[in-house]
Amino acid sequence: MDFLSRYDLLGAFWVTVQLTVFSAIGSLVWGTVLAAMRVSPVPVMRAFGTAYVNLVRNTPLTLIIIGASLGLYSTLGLALADDTSGTFLKDNNFRLAVLGFVAYTATFVCESLRAGINTVPVGQAEAARALGLRFGQTLGIVVLPQAFRAVIAPLASVLIALTKNTTVASAIGVAEASLLMSEMIENESDKLFLVFASIAVGFVVLTLPTGLLLGWVAKKVAVKR
Amino acid sequence: MTAAAAATPMIRMSGVDKFFGPLHVLRNIDLEVPKGQVVVVLGPSGSGKSTLCRTINRLEPIDKGTIEVDGQPLPAEGRALAKLRAEVGMVFQQFNLFAHKTIVENVMLAPVRVRGVGKDEARRTALELLERVGIATQADKYPAQLSGGQQQRAAIARALAMRPKVMLFDEPTSALDPEMVQEVLDVMTTLAAEGMTMLVVTHEMGFARKAADRVLFMADGEVVEDATPEEFFGAPKSARARDFLGKILTH
Repeated sequence: MDFLSRYDLLGAFWVTVQLTVFSAIGSLVWGTVLAAMRVSPVPVMRAFGTAYVNLVRNTPLTLIIIGASLGLYSTLGLALADDTSGTFLKDNNFRLAVLGFVAYTATFVCESLRAGINTVPVGQAEAARALGLRFGQTLGIVVLPQAFRAVIAPLASVLIALTKNTTVASAIGVAEASLLMSEMIENESDKLFLVFASIAVGFVVLTLPTGLLLGWVAKKVAVKR
Repeated sequence: MTAAAAATPMIRMSGVDKFFGPLHVLRNIDLEVPKGQVVVVLGPSGSGKSTLCRTINRLEPIDKGTIEVDGQPLPAEGRALAKLRAEVGMVFQQFNLFAHKTIVENVMLAPVRVRGVGKDEARRTALELLERVGIATQADKYPAQLSGGQQQRAAIARALAMRPKVMLFDEPTSALDPEMVQEVLDVMTTLAAEGMTMLVVTHEMGFARKAADRVLFMADGEVVEDATPEEFFGAPKSARARDFLGKILTH
């Protein structure tokens, strides 16, 4: 097993963790906005939310990530980092990847959340409106807090999927765990199964506690009716 | 209060029609409720009485006619409607307390978020109101931990926290176990005696006799009788009302 010490396994997984965390935060925010659009009384908002979710959710992730790099940066010249800095390519690719993951994962967050909104009895929103709360307040103070509590477990699945999906970032050269794996496979072709196993274990170490922790949180905060 | 202000009815409906698809649920309703009056709406299920109640704060939009609350026509959905709803208290059959908030948080929420009252003051007022409806000791529990009667009293406190001009009750005791009905009716009777303008959709004939100034009897989307409780229960004019009373009062 000492071949492992020749590689920066921890460093590569640290990039995986960073990709996951930034993308998760972004997806949660953008996914919530999309869900709000899909339940809003404004037809244009609803139409945009529906069209976006159905288009992006059904596009392969690899296409979105490569599109972010080749389309947004190479073709349209969208740079998300300072192009005079020494780490420009690394930073730019990382941020483009996060952008792609947010665009994609938010659709799944949106749909989970919408299912959660459907678990909140309609009387809750009626009571809020009857008290004089506006649409945004009704959604933000009464409906969404209850919807989130109902969908923590499904959101945990989305988060686990996202963690594993970050491997697609290797397609545009982000130095996360699976890019390191490709390098190890080339150099250690006699220890293929050990290479696979060490990367797989790394992902299980990240995702298993995520699922267990969020499962516990889901029980803890469940709304009693 | 000037004579003119006193003369403005709290609720005025004229020529109100409402359809659920092909179903004509409210037929040409004309109604004026003066300030301070307690109106009880009776009628068989499906007669449109709940819908009538829910149109007054526009939880159900109407198809024709006009509704005014304290002289102000109901605005379209939006900020102005929210403002008007803040002045119209509503109590639901299913209580509809916010399940993720404690009882006192339920009562404080609208004063803080809609009226901009400070949290300390809102909490003080909320506890006073909970004291008034007899559940101050339950203030920090969640709705699911309370009995139905306690939840409904909390819901009344929540509506009163906005200091409404008028209170709408949509079958407030229909979802309660029989032994809890009285505690809710007691709170409502007190409120009526204090001069609150109330419109109560209910099946509680005892409450109608005791607390109501006026009884409306609805059938098939129409107001069939509009009388004092004595007249209505003593000598109902229409065959439908006699039939209805015969069915519920004989046992």
